[in-house]
Amino acid sequence: MTDAYVVGVDMIKFGRFPEKTVPEIGAESALLALDDCGLTIHDMQALYSGNLGQASGMVGQRILQQIGQTGIPVINVANACATGATAFREAWASVKAGLYDCVLAVGVEQMGKGLLGGAGGGTGIPKEGLLGSGTMPAVFAEAGLEHTRKYGTTFEHFAKVSVKNHHHSTMNPKAMYQIETPLETVMNAEMISYPNTKLMCSVNVDGSAAAVICSEAKAKELGLMKRAVKVRASVLTSDPWQERDLVMPDVNSCTRKAAAAAYEMAGLGAEDIDLVELHDCFATAEILHYENLGLCGEGEAGRMIDDDEVALGGRIPVNVSGGLLSKGHPLGATGIANIYEVTTHLRGEAGERQVEGARIGMTHVIGLGSACGIHILEKVS
Amino acid sequence: MSDQPLPAVDYLKIPEGGDPYLEGHKCGSCGATFLGERAVCSKCGARDQMSAVTLPNHGTLYTYSIVYRSFPGIDVPYVSAVVDLDDGTAIKGNLINVEPDPDKIEFGLPVDVVYDDALGRKDRDGNSYLSYFFQPSS
Repeated sequence: MTDAYVVGVDMIKFGRFPEKTVPEIGAESALLALDDCGLTIHDMQALYSGNLGQASGMVGQRILQQIGQTGIPVINVANACATGATAFREAWASVKAGLYDCVLAVGVEQMGKGLLGGAGGGTGIPKEGLLGSGTMPAVFAEAGLEHTRKYGTTFEHFAKVSVKNHHHSTMNPKAMYQIETPLETVMNAEMISYPNTKLMCSVNVDGSAAAVICSEAKAKELGLMKRAVKVRASVLTSDPWQERDLVMPDVNSCTRKAAAAAYEMAGLGAEDIDLVELHDCFATAEILHYENLGLCGEGEAGRMIDDDEVALGGRIPVNVSGGLLSKGHPLGATGIANIYEVTTHLRGEAGERQVEGARIGMTHVIGLGSACGIHILEKVS
Repeated sequence: MSDQPLPAVDYLKIPEGGDPYLEGHKCGSCGATFLGERAVCSKCGARDQMSAVTLPNHGTLYTYSIVYRSFPGIDVPYVSAVVDLDDGTAIKGNLINVEPDPDKIEFGLPVDVVYDDALGRKDRDGNSYLSYFFQPSS
């Protein structure tokens, strides 16, 4: 099987664009990614389009109606917050399989403000606030306090994640926010679901990101290897049965399963990874994933954040983009936006927030329900 | 409209003239217990091995969150709790009769399952509902 390479990738600055349509937002990053590698829509043999909010709305075809109706196959993908990563992975798989040698993956989302989850009615009476909470801040708070129960992780540990990621985003012009949030500010912000304050919840934003993936032969033929990044591993898992998972969505097992498979596929270990973009949908979640991804030992996540090991300049920088907490979380775009971030570091083009000497990076997303997507990328030249 | 309250969820049973209880469905092959009826076990994949079991009205607090922001019309703060019942079945609900303060809520807290009106919520036909809650064991 051929190796597959990211040859072009980009994202728009995340924000709120109520005046635009979903396909318009998606088209912007698609064109940026094509420009990044100097190709056109005529070079693309298939489009893998990720979007959640209009999952039945043929978003991929409508993107092509914006940027070029070449008649190529379009595959529309929805997989909760793993939607973008799933679209990217399907694009990767088509190249690996030899079906195509140059394809485009786009992830796009237009979000409202406010709480996600929990509103589902079913029959009878609403259950939210009657049988606990199904809102995302509460669900991830419960997952975080499970870690507290096991290891004594504190509210302050969780809050420090948000301080770090907001700090990182001050160096990322494409993040929604570039604002420092000191620890007191984070801890004293409006409590949404203890221990997640408002500043410890990801930002609902509109955005899109796109990537062009080529086979090795095609990348060489096009002269695109210099800035290409090799996909060393692409893994997708669903949630394996766990004793509490039907009342308490489990983001740990599917991540651990995906991480183990990704390290095996890449022939690498956690010690080889130079930077990680992981799914900090809530500050509590990031803490869990340090251990789930093997970045530290069991129960050491609190110490990792205390010792600045996961900050830019630390042993293993995590979410130097600002993460979902500050860069923003347009659900369907997130999984490709983190491919953009890691690729930019591997190319040495990340400017002020550059992780020096980065050669190998990891991306991770979770779609609650659940799906976990992990990619490991490697610098080529 | 029903004269009697209806169960808020299908795994809450209200026998005529008896006390309400929670019902699980247990896999005869691997022993996993689920809330609600099903034909296939999602732990081991066995088919047609499920049988109804009455769940215990006692357990311990596994994890929780104190919810301050919810949807319009929902009283906050309240404690959203995941409880391990004594037979190992995990169940989620509101933890009541505790102060919504993390310093006052201990992991492993013994809790009783109690049954009460579903916070005054009614369906479009005006039916009342019975729900379950957790409270510190008496």
